Amino acid sequence: MQIELTINEKAVKWEVAFDELLADTLRSHGFLSIKTACDTSCCGLCTVWIDGKSRLSCSILSLQAHGKKITTIEGLPKEAEEFAQILSAEGAEQCGFCSPGFIMSVLAMKNELVNPSEEEIIHYLTGNLCRCTGYMGQLRAIKTFLGVV
Amino acid sequence: MFTIIDLIQPDNLNEAYQILSDKRNNTILGGCAFLKMGKKRINTGIDLTNLKLNYIQESDDFIEIGAMTSLRELETHPLLKEYYKGVLPQSVRDIIGVQFRNGVTVGASVYSKYGFSDLITALLCLDTEVELFKAGRMPLADFLTMPKAKDILVRLWIKKTLRQATYLSFRSSASDYSVLNVAVSKLDNHWTIAVGARPSKAAIAISASAMLSQEVPTLEKIEEIAQKASEELSFGTNQRGSATYRKALCKTLVKRGIMEVLPCKSN
Repeated sequence: MQIELTINEKAVKWEVAFDELLADTLRSHGFLSIKTACDTSCCGLCTVWIDGKSRLSCSILSLQAHGKKITTIEGLPKEAEEFAQILSAEGAEQCGFCSPGFIMSVLAMKNELVNPSEEEIIHYLTGNLCRCTGYMGQLRAIKTFLGVV
Repeated sequence: MFTIIDLIQPDNLNEAYQILSDKRNNTILGGCAFLKMGKKRINTGIDLTNLKLNYIQESDDFIEIGAMTSLRELETHPLLKEYYKGVLPQSVRDIIGVQFRNGVTVGASVYSKYGFSDLITALLCLDTEVELFKAGRMPLADFLTMPKAKDILVRLWIKKTLRQATYLSFRSSASDYSVLNVAVSKLDNHWTIAVGARPSKAAIAISASAMLSQEVPTLEKIEEIAQKASEELSFGTNQRGSATYRKALCKTLVKRGIMEVLPCKSN
């Protein structure tokens, strides 16, 4: 079936199967920042924005995204690079597999929360798993990025 | 992974119900997060996106929550932070992550009667009714005990009162499923104690709630009532915990819940 949506400000028409998940559709069209890992909707690696809200692209049918506005990290090069520089300066990156989804969540948090406390940051980002690090480097980087202590 | 042969986005509930009734394996889709973990073979998936059921609104007597409202909307809505001491936002805030709660829906969580549900436990300690397309409006407690029949959960109605409530859960790690969860509420001197993730679906501890409504709760009485709640409800064993462990948790969480609500003014 054909769906129409906006992906990173560009209107597209894609053929999708009825039971195809958005993460798979996006990857098949070259949006390779989308990773999947857990198969149980809990790791956050496949995070994209749908109409400005962060969503697990592994847990929504592509057909349900019809008519919506999708943003992936490919569509936010400036913001993503700014945060990525801070992340690497804090030594928070190792394999980088979780980074695209994690960064999409951090940018969504920046849009949603005003001057968040450490507790609020941790609560907002729970559900973004990283298997290399202990999250401390990421937390330092986020505080620097948001300008909060 | 589940399979879907056809998908329809109906424009009205009549049409949705008609398609649902057409074939045994036609199924209403919510956020799909739980469905995708199973292997269900769905003939026609029915997506309710076009029915404008994504809303939280208040009337004179009720708060109305549409079935397609996400758990994140429930968590952040000012009305629900204000009412019932914020018990509904409190109950969903530890379910996986923001991007998960942005996708999963109130309707699917309640209609499916999931044993692990955090939301059902919290709703059960409030004056909650469910509205089903075919079976009509009924108290949530009645819905939970009635046999499963094909229907569509349209919306929830929660009576607007000064009811004060709290929600407590025990999790092995942050964002995991609850090993056990408890919600306690009080309106005037009428108390309700609900316990979920037993691991079967949430239920009200009827005798313990009644005892609490009659007593002037001293610490000793509260301990006795918490003990009563853990004795009148049944508990089961799964990989998250044994029945005995859950029973012990129940007593502790119920006691803490009562202690939290006790000083709140609800009249």
